Amino acid sequence: MSQSEILSQEFELGFTYTRSTGPVVGRFLTALRDRNIVGIKGSDGAVYVPPMEYDPNTAEELSEFVEVGQAGEVVSWCWVSEPRESHPHDTAFAWAMIKLDGADIPMVHSVRVEREADMKTGMRVKVQWADEPRGHITDIACFVVEGAESPLGAAGMNAKREMITGMEAPIYLKYHFTAGAATSRFLGKVRQGKLVGQRCPSCNNVYIPPRGSCAACGVATEEEVEVADKCTLESFTIVYIPIPNNPIQPPYIIANLIPDGANISFIHLLSECVNEEIHIGQRVQAVWKPEAEWTYAMDNIKYFKPIDEPDVPIEQIGKIPAAGVPAAGAPVTGREG
Amino acid sequence: MRDIAIVSYAQSDCVRDAGARNEVELIMPVIKNALGAVGLNNAQDVDFTCSGSCDYQQGAAFAFVLGVDALGAVPPIKESHVEMDAAWALYEAILKIRMGHADSALVYGFGKSSPGELPAVLSQQLDPYYLGPLWVDSVSLAAMQARLMLDQGLISEQDMAEVVVRSRRNAMANNPHAQLKGEVSTESLLAQDRWVSPLRKHDCAPVSDGATAMVICDLEKAHAWGVPYAIIRGIDHRMETHNLGARDLTRSRSTEQAAAACGVANGEVEIAELYAPFSHQEIILTKALGLSETTTVNPSGGVLAGNLMMASGLSRIGEVAQRIIAGECKRGVAHATSGPCLQHNLVTVLEAA
Repeated sequence: MSQSEILSQEFELGFTYTRSTGPVVGRFLTALRDRNIVGIKGSDGAVYVPPMEYDPNTAEELSEFVEVGQAGEVVSWCWVSEPRESHPHDTAFAWAMIKLDGADIPMVHSVRVEREADMKTGMRVKVQWADEPRGHITDIACFVVEGAESPLGAAGMNAKREMITGMEAPIYLKYHFTAGAATSRFLGKVRQGKLVGQRCPSCNNVYIPPRGSCAACGVATEEEVEVADKCTLESFTIVYIPIPNNPIQPPYIIANLIPDGANISFIHLLSECVNEEIHIGQRVQAVWKPEAEWTYAMDNIKYFKPIDEPDVPIEQIGKIPAAGVPAAGAPVTGREG
Repeated sequence: MRDIAIVSYAQSDCVRDAGARNEVELIMPVIKNALGAVGLNNAQDVDFTCSGSCDYQQGAAFAFVLGVDALGAVPPIKESHVEMDAAWALYEAILKIRMGHADSALVYGFGKSSPGELPAVLSQQLDPYYLGPLWVDSVSLAAMQARLMLDQGLISEQDMAEVVVRSRRNAMANNPHAQLKGEVSTESLLAQDRWVSPLRKHDCAPVSDGATAMVICDLEKAHAWGVPYAIIRGIDHRMETHNLGARDLTRSRSTEQAAAACGVANGEVEIAELYAPFSHQEIILTKALGLSETTTVNPSGGVLAGNLMMASGLSRIGEVAQRIIAGECKRGVAHATSGPCLQHNLVTVLEAA
């Protein structure tokens, strides 16, 4: 791998929130489900649609609901000629601020017309209801020109069903994630079955995986140092509860491991061991996947397993050279492998 | 009340995609430069460190914590973070110094917006019941604001294009870190197609990656370090309701209030750096701050020349400070914004020592 190669991949971040709505938002969403629109009177009598819980000027708690019309006037608008993937429509549409009949404060929603030339400030538009309202802002599918033919839906059709108290509000965001220089170099070496850290020019500590800086000194790390796949156990925990979406079945061990030649630990799994006998200072070694399966990922190492070497005293953990623990009396001649 | 000095400021280039660098790699050079300018090594040499950034931009949870790796935070330092523009991190640092809990502070901000789709990401800062689920993006909201102004005859498309022309020209003359710069004509700009009508692409700030850092301290410390400085004479921030329909979008009342509170009108404003991510917003802000014809607005080109989301507010302050430190002027104003259509605004008055 060349120095300039930067690893990147697409990923989607999801927040699968469900929100409780409270009495004000809930009342509005309940009305939407029943194909009605309600606003709320502010301290000065102005009607807010959608309703606010507190007056933006006085902070007074608001409670006087008012039913408003399902048509109104466009106060401002913009034309989205190329809708984004997240937008509610996949062909050109307008966002608009719409003052509904009986309301004083305009609301933001979408307007569907054929082309930009059909939009005009001051034009009249009406609600186009979604086919199956559920108590959500998208129950208003969009607004359309007032005179247009459209199935309006019967108002008040479901008035006896229960209040809406919650709504699903999932957020999915797509990213093109890049690993950065230090991480890309590290993963490139892992792909070759090597663990390569970086040394701090100031305190000499070796970090693995490296992030391009010494977190302690705040200086850039550049010198690359290959470390062994033999490690000492600095700390561990035995996990007894299943983690959602984690294919590993409990109980299993997660450990902080310091490879020979490095000073700072990383986290990996332990296996091929008796869980109850695992202890700090124990020596372990990587069990790699078959070389054909190696990729740019730390799970090229399936897990670490105990090896038959004497324990490292606690004060020596993090201070073992890459060549490993020297046999008693033997001079340290250099690195293994 | 203790006067507070800005003694150094550093900014990275604004680039469309800094993919080759992670957060630490992005932050470390500007922190080194800002600290180095006053002879400091790392965050151990100041009393307090505060940063501004937003993890949603790059989609990496707790990215701001990883940023701390750039500081040299062992042994532990006094450190804080705002999920806002770093101009508000500066505000927190100023409070810390005024309360007597610190004499000096490092403030930094960083933004890596390139991995995501920034206007869509920003839609998720809207209220989560009525607007968030519609994914109304930041550009569309600004476009509706611009149309309100155009419809009322408060601005013309020519006015908007002139803002862009001046931004590109100033960036070319004065800003080595700018992403967009050069000589363009209003005619050529107005000949471009509209993007999110009425906005054209050049009416909108570009998406940029980068970082910025600043060192502040009380005057005693500045004298002890023996470095030139600009004095923060006033700073104030105000916020408007999240309900866009309830705001008068054609003006910025919160900027007007903040400007009055921090004394913008108490002297001549020679330069002003305004955080206006859309061309028409520069016109709103110029009026809200009561700036006259004699004020040079956005000598750096402003954020239309490069917009480090979560760092550009601090950059505005840094740009004014460095011009005062260089002796180019004696008094200036910097503005930072956050939220849709200039919802939340911070104004700073800076003066020569």
